[in-house]
Amino acid sequence: MSEEKRGRDARFRRVDGLLIALMILPLLCCIALKVLYTPESQGVDISGAMIFLEIPFPLQPLIISESQVNSWAVILTLLGLCLYLTHGLTERAETKRQLAAEWIVEKCEGLVSMNMGERYAGYEYLIAAIMGLSALSSLSCLIGLFAPTGDVNVTAGWAILVFVLITRQKLAGGFLNYLKGFTEPIPLFTPMNFISEFSTPVSMAFRHYGNVMSGAVISALLGAALGGLSRLLLGWIPVVGSIPLLQIGLPAIFSIYFDVFSGLMQAFIFAMLTMLNVSGAFPQEAWEKRQQKKTIRKQRAALAKG
Amino acid sequence: MEMVALATGIMLGLCGVGAGIALIAGIGPGIGEGQAVAAACEAIGRQPEAKSDVTSTMIMGCAIAETTGIYGLIIGILLIFVAPGIFSGVLRSTVEALKPLL
Repeated sequence: MSEEKRGRDARFRRVDGLLIALMILPLLCCIALKVLYTPESQGVDISGAMIFLEIPFPLQPLIISESQVNSWAVILTLLGLCLYLTHGLTERAETKRQLAAEWIVEKCEGLVSMNMGERYAGYEYLIAAIMGLSALSSLSCLIGLFAPTGDVNVTAGWAILVFVLITRQKLAGGFLNYLKGFTEPIPLFTPMNFISEFSTPVSMAFRHYGNVMSGAVISALLGAALGGLSRLLLGWIPVVGSIPLLQIGLPAIFSIYFDVFSGLMQAFIFAMLTMLNVSGAFPQEAWEKRQQKKTIRKQRAALAKG
Repeated sequence: MEMVALATGIMLGLCGVGAGIALIAGIGPGIGEGQAVAAACEAIGRQPEAKSDVTSTMIMGCAIAETTGIYGLIIGILLIFVAPGIFSGVLRSTVEALKPLL
């Protein structure tokens, strides 16, 4: 019995080690790629994502950029984290990691059911995925990577996904109703409604991207400024002067706001806006009215039959 | 060559002026967020037990009110760091094309 248990424990630990490697290795690979590809240059570097590879393609070359590669790494890390947390689940929570996993799932379900209502059950997976991906992407700049959310293409992709979901919810009320929604409150408003339809994904994409990107730019400018300042103040000291002493530690204080707080905040807001927009596209009252109509029609049909 | 240098100088200066004008957009969100926080403080003072709800709603609203300011900031950053790189090539080719006429 104990022999068997020990064997299982050893296997369990081995799988755990593999999963932890799955969490850490992609990020290390990204750091290595960045070190290999960064050109030798001095001064402030605010050039956005590097382009690793260009695959020739009929219309225009397919670009594999830094933000894409980093998003893949973040996805793998998130997958590793999920597998690690749910590895070896038991019926009664015994380990800390199971408690953590249950806490996360409960929080997500609570958030979705509070903001979207009961009939959107099943959306918590999407919301949790968006939140985790966005938060981890923004936090990846803490280890020196280029944050994928600091690239407008990434956030625009997520915003297009949300736009598709919103339109799907609107179409659930019927195609004619969807078209009629553009002419409300009066037909004169049609162009305005059309613009506001497309402004939702654009504003979502730019909000997230702008916050993360401006934080990165301000951090880079601050680092350069502190380097210059330390050269100016301490440059005359023989050996110590060549080390940018002011650059140590001080940028980290600002990065608590610009990278950690702002990134987590934007992840929460993106998820929140997704929930509000999707559930607002087909409101509860309209849904209830539709259900009532359906039941009345069914009853009438039953009466006519009877 | 002098023409290119002059045109580039004017272009860089105008990019800086444009970035400055774009950042005027920061005034609105500043006032708006200040009012939101003031209202949240009042609400917490009146009803301290609802502090967590009020705070989360306020942060959410602040982040949404911030959007217009962020748009201005993006335009400013693009004008300073990205636009000169794009425009200088256009300027050079334009000056080359205009050279025979002058």
